[in-house]
Amino acid sequence: MSTIHPRETLDRQINQLFDEVLVMGSMVEEAVIESVESLKRRDIEAARQIYYGDQQINEKRYEIENKCLTTIATQQPMATDLRIMAAILEIITELERIGDYAKGIARINMLMSDEPLVKPLIDIPRMAELGLDMLKRALDAFVNQDAEAARSIPQEDDIVDGLYNQVYLELLTYMMADPGTIDRSNYLIWVAHNLERMSDRVTNICERIVFVATGEILELDVSDDEMSDKFHEKITE
Amino acid sequence: MNEQNMKSNPKQSNGKYAIESRQLNVYYGSFKAIEDVNLPIERQKITAIIGPSGCGKSTMLRSFNRMNELVPTAHAEGEVIFQGINIYEEDIDPVEVRRRIGMVFQKPNPFPKSIYENVAWGARMNGYRGNMNELVEQSLKYAALWEEVYDKLDQSGLSLSGGQQQRLCIARTIAVRPEIILMDEPASALDPIATLKIEELMRDLSEKYTIIVVTHNMQQAARVSDFTAFFSMTPDRTGVLVEYGATNQIFTNPKDRRTEDYITGRFG
Repeated sequence: MSTIHPRETLDRQINQLFDEVLVMGSMVEEAVIESVESLKRRDIEAARQIYYGDQQINEKRYEIENKCLTTIATQQPMATDLRIMAAILEIITELERIGDYAKGIARINMLMSDEPLVKPLIDIPRMAELGLDMLKRALDAFVNQDAEAARSIPQEDDIVDGLYNQVYLELLTYMMADPGTIDRSNYLIWVAHNLERMSDRVTNICERIVFVATGEILELDVSDDEMSDKFHEKITE
Repeated sequence: MNEQNMKSNPKQSNGKYAIESRQLNVYYGSFKAIEDVNLPIERQKITAIIGPSGCGKSTMLRSFNRMNELVPTAHAEGEVIFQGINIYEEDIDPVEVRRRIGMVFQKPNPFPKSIYENVAWGARMNGYRGNMNELVEQSLKYAALWEEVYDKLDQSGLSLSGGQQQRLCIARTIAVRPEIILMDEPASALDPIATLKIEELMRDLSEKYTIIVVTHNMQQAARVSDFTAFFSMTPDRTGVLVEYGATNQIFTNPKDRRTEDYITGRFG
């Protein structure tokens, strides 16, 4: 007669992997917050720490990847378990890239050396805050396999995109008014661009969560690139 | 009662399906082993039947060539349509059914005869009048065994290793020119290398034949089959078909909770 089986080893390994992803998420979150905060303070020493600290995020990614591969090889997960493994491999790649954006912001801070910011940072920290809030909720949705939350989070990407466009236009006016600010304005455009890409990566993570919960791979934000292209077309006309 | 009445009936032809069960129930005495199974099997594909012990997998497989009738108390209700004909019709000869729908068993069971005779015997019994040497060579080649035995065809089939014996049994099945090959756990008694050879062979054979395989090994079903049928049982132990679909769908995104629980090892 058929019976219910406890699957202690596989369940334990899956739970450990969830925990590891959350730890990696916290590392990335901290790097993004610190990269923007240190830029605000123009703290180059803190930026240098973030820049070199990115290596730890990369190592965490490989550690999780190895654990995933070991679980696949030794436990041969199927169905939802298999989709969780596939999703983790994708999600840690996205997290690593977000870590790279923080590293990029830290690098800009280092490149700016002792030059002052061209303007006080208002929208840029807001972008970081919104993006990180999306990331946090996305990782919660992952652990809870909450497809509904995962579908709704990417809608907030439009707000981040809106802020990016605002920062871009504002800095463009600075550059037009005073070509002496071009370098410093450009630096900030890159910072904003990194943060805008961060929320795109969160959207990718959400797509994987929907995949885990439903088995379907959906594009949750198809308009993003088109919108961005149209925006650039418009301002370069 | 002869090959004549096994000729296809285009009016009922099952099109892209090589064989198809319709509302099939099989009983052993008063015990219902499988209930209302509708299972269409795609031509020249490999279909795996999986499920927990006692769910009726082997009963289902054996019902495709009336092998269940060898159990005295067994009887079937419903239809199994092959070439547009219900093979359970009264005037159908089960021996002819079993020639056209061959079977390979769990444990290799070569005859205590030479390798050559093992392959030639079935064809000879079926009145084969062509070149027997060619048939034996071709069947052994199809079964990926020729290279290993061509210089010792007169040795006993029992002198071969387990994996070779199983391929010999496959060659024996092929030699009578079946259209469908049923395999009941064909690799469960073999080591991993011999298992892999059988799986590769199944892939090659599916270019010519329709294969239905019962396996307890889910990784094997996932590796080798195009379609998977998952059977489970009701509380009174009657086997039912729970889910049937493309293998990649069944193993990555099953639709039925019972399938998910079984293939993820939570239940079985």
